[in-house]
Amino acid sequence: MYFNIFGYKLSRRRWKEALSAQKNRQELITAGLGRRELFKLGLLTSGGYLVAQSGLSAWADGCGPGVCQLGCSPPTTPFIDPLTIVPILPERQLTDPGFATPPSVCPNNAINPATQLPFEGRGQFNGVLRPGTDCFQFFNQFPPQKFFIERMRQNTNFRITSDPNIAPQTIWGFNQGGIDPTTDPAIFPGPTIVTRYQTPMVVRRFNELPSGAPAGGFGVPETSTHLHNFHSGPESDGGPCRWFFSGQYFDYYHTMQQAGFSFDFPPTGDVNETLSTLWYHDHRVDHTAENVYKGLAGFHLIFNQFDTGDETTGFHLPSFPQFDIPLFLADKLIDPGSGQICFDTFGFDGLVGDKFLVNGKIQPFFEVQKRRYRFRVLDGGPSRFYQFFLTNPDNPGQSIPFWQIANDGNLLPTPIQVTSARIGVAERVDVIIDFNQIAQAFGATRLWLENRLEQVNGRAPTGKILPAGQIQNALVEFRITGNPVADGSVDPATGPQFYNLPSTTPTPRITRNFKFERSNGQWAINGQFMDCNVIRFTVQRNSVEKWVLQNSSGGWQHPIHIHFEEFQLLSIDGQPPPSSPLVQTGRKDVIRLEFGTTAELFFRFRDFRNDYPMHCHNTVHEDHAMMLLWQIQDVGDNNIEP
Amino acid sequence: MIAMTRRSWLAAVGLAPLAATAAENPKSQQRTFQNIPPRELLRLRHFPNSELVTHQGKKVRFYDDLIKGRKVVINFMYAKCEGICVPVTANLVKVQKILKGRVGRDIFMYSITLKPEEDTPEVLNKYARTFHVGPGWLFLTGKPGDIEVLRRKLGFVYADPIEDADKSNHIGMLRFGNEMFARWAACPGQAHADWIAISILSEVDGPTRTAAKQTTRNGSLAAKENGK
Repeated sequence: MYFNIFGYKLSRRRWKEALSAQKNRQELITAGLGRRELFKLGLLTSGGYLVAQSGLSAWADGCGPGVCQLGCSPPTTPFIDPLTIVPILPERQLTDPGFATPPSVCPNNAINPATQLPFEGRGQFNGVLRPGTDCFQFFNQFPPQKFFIERMRQNTNFRITSDPNIAPQTIWGFNQGGIDPTTDPAIFPGPTIVTRYQTPMVVRRFNELPSGAPAGGFGVPETSTHLHNFHSGPESDGGPCRWFFSGQYFDYYHTMQQAGFSFDFPPTGDVNETLSTLWYHDHRVDHTAENVYKGLAGFHLIFNQFDTGDETTGFHLPSFPQFDIPLFLADKLIDPGSGQICFDTFGFDGLVGDKFLVNGKIQPFFEVQKRRYRFRVLDGGPSRFYQFFLTNPDNPGQSIPFWQIANDGNLLPTPIQVTSARIGVAERVDVIIDFNQIAQAFGATRLWLENRLEQVNGRAPTGKILPAGQIQNALVEFRITGNPVADGSVDPATGPQFYNLPSTTPTPRITRNFKFERSNGQWAINGQFMDCNVIRFTVQRNSVEKWVLQNSSGGWQHPIHIHFEEFQLLSIDGQPPPSSPLVQTGRKDVIRLEFGTTAELFFRFRDFRNDYPMHCHNTVHEDHAMMLLWQIQDVGDNNIEP
Repeated sequence: MIAMTRRSWLAAVGLAPLAATAAENPKSQQRTFQNIPPRELLRLRHFPNSELVTHQGKKVRFYDDLIKGRKVVINFMYAKCEGICVPVTANLVKVQKILKGRVGRDIFMYSITLKPEEDTPEVLNKYARTFHVGPGWLFLTGKPGDIEVLRRKLGFVYADPIEDADKSNHIGMLRFGNEMFARWAACPGQAHADWIAISILSEVDGPTRTAAKQTTRNGSLAAKENGK
């Protein structure tokens, strides 16, 4: 029996026809034929559809309106839009109307007569108010000095490309805190939050998302905004069970101190625990994938006296924001009928898209000067693994090196020269690309950041590295312009030293073991499933632990994220972590469990108390219970297989 | 068996004019975008209107009679299944008890057989009696082809055809949602019954509830959380 995507039975003839149509379309794409070429060949209508010719029809393979499937997105033209430089979230004064009730240690749970809900959603757990809980830890010790507002809203006119094949999008996003949607619309990625260590801050988030059936049939207007990688109390971490309703706000307070501030590195923490490239995203239990996919995510960068954002000081890293650019990668599917980003909420495996968005635009271009840039590359999910290379499209055979300076949010002790970097969902790498040197050494006038890791479903990449120079795999086209310019940033080749890695010699109080499994299509950790009401184990505050994570799920790969604390990889499949060809050293907050991988992780748990999750960051797996909760308290337990 | 051509499918969606625009009028400069309303979109993708038979022998239409305008919980099983079906069904019996009088009043549970050839209404009726299932929970069978379409459209399918063919390894997830709000989620059928009940209420009541009402309505559940 043969079936199309809607589950309807097809005759063998129609099935073969559909298969060959799909192959034909794939070959056209592989041949690198853009819209213009297809149009010239008479294979594309000006409306953007492939002409309805037997064996080539755009919809013959079941790609009709409403279908959300790999290979069905309408054709688009790459490199017609400039890269979006995402605006920086402006600071606000406490006199702002949004702060009519200023942030307080304990949540403002008075009932709002207009909504019958508490004004503030903090203090709710899984939608139920737990009076007296979730007061901020260390708030009085580090009173907030900077204040920000973001409003989560719908935007019905968001452009992901100027290509007329693609409609203006209806997205959910964060705005810059203003009231007026015409001057301050919700955007994707959300505004970049820029803060400094030792400057405690609060960001107040209003959930103003529409209720009712959501456009496109996905998205749930209940949210919890996680600050991915920061050392926050659970009340400000934005965990899966601390979501709040449309009509409420939620204050997220961050001490902006490094780990250890209340224990072995008083009063402000261990500088070697400094974090730099973080992101914030929705984490509503069971609905994270669709909500983040709909646009509820953005970058949060942190500077300090070393990583200053000014190339004339500190570590002399390229200056922010001109030469220090966050790149938010997101792969999407587009409904061929509506031209809208689509999402199938009934899928279990994960979603991989056939359109690459960078900072919210399909395959943008970016004009760069002949000097060094820092790029902070984030895999924004929902399910895809990337391995990106620099390709000279005019000479794809060249192997072009660049410098990796950070793994996840954390600077490496010193830059490492690489020719590619692999990231799973939620992982970040910071890289330095020297366009002057590359222009000289390789004669390149343009470069693609190209994803060459093949992945055709939500399970895992195939492992195949695709040939260089295929236009549909390009993420961004860098256009190298002008003459060499002054460059005050450090040359990574001179071996600059950043932070030292904290020691991993202390003996762990306990070693815990976790198997990531699958049976009858259900994701599990040690045979159990996510439950907001079950905390699986208790870590002793201010102690050291070793966790052993094992992928026992067969032909699947999982990027596992542990909230609250980065780990150092002690070993992976019995070997010390390599730094070549892929960098697995340094401090990280996501471990990619590739096929059958066993990884040993070293943690210190300091300062804060209460509950956090560990979960697969393939957000579709996460939404189907591949998650557990654990906690930190003054007395830990001895559960070695929680 | 439903066999659909592209044209009849478009006609069914009410988009036949779009087909003409796109394929036969290449002169139009700007594409006409056709948005399908969210509930209609999910109906097309996931909810065929196949004729099914309940364990009480009643003929029903899947979309019209069981899904449209309703709050529902759906899973797949078969009577002679020796693996996951027994623990999941037993778990769902607990869930039904936790949801008290709501199942049958405004929440409906559907267990669809994977082996319609052997699971006649009589067999399913016996199965339901064995587990002492309460009202508002239907066991459903039908023509094998219709059941197969239903299983695929509801997403209870493995990408790997070999894995998919092994019925003893069938997907043990529960799908639940509120059709009026196009809001759906899923969780493992072997999760804790308490948590399944909370998750179901979160989906079906989420769009209309307030935290204040929630505290009263799920007093016992809230108490349990506070007791932790």
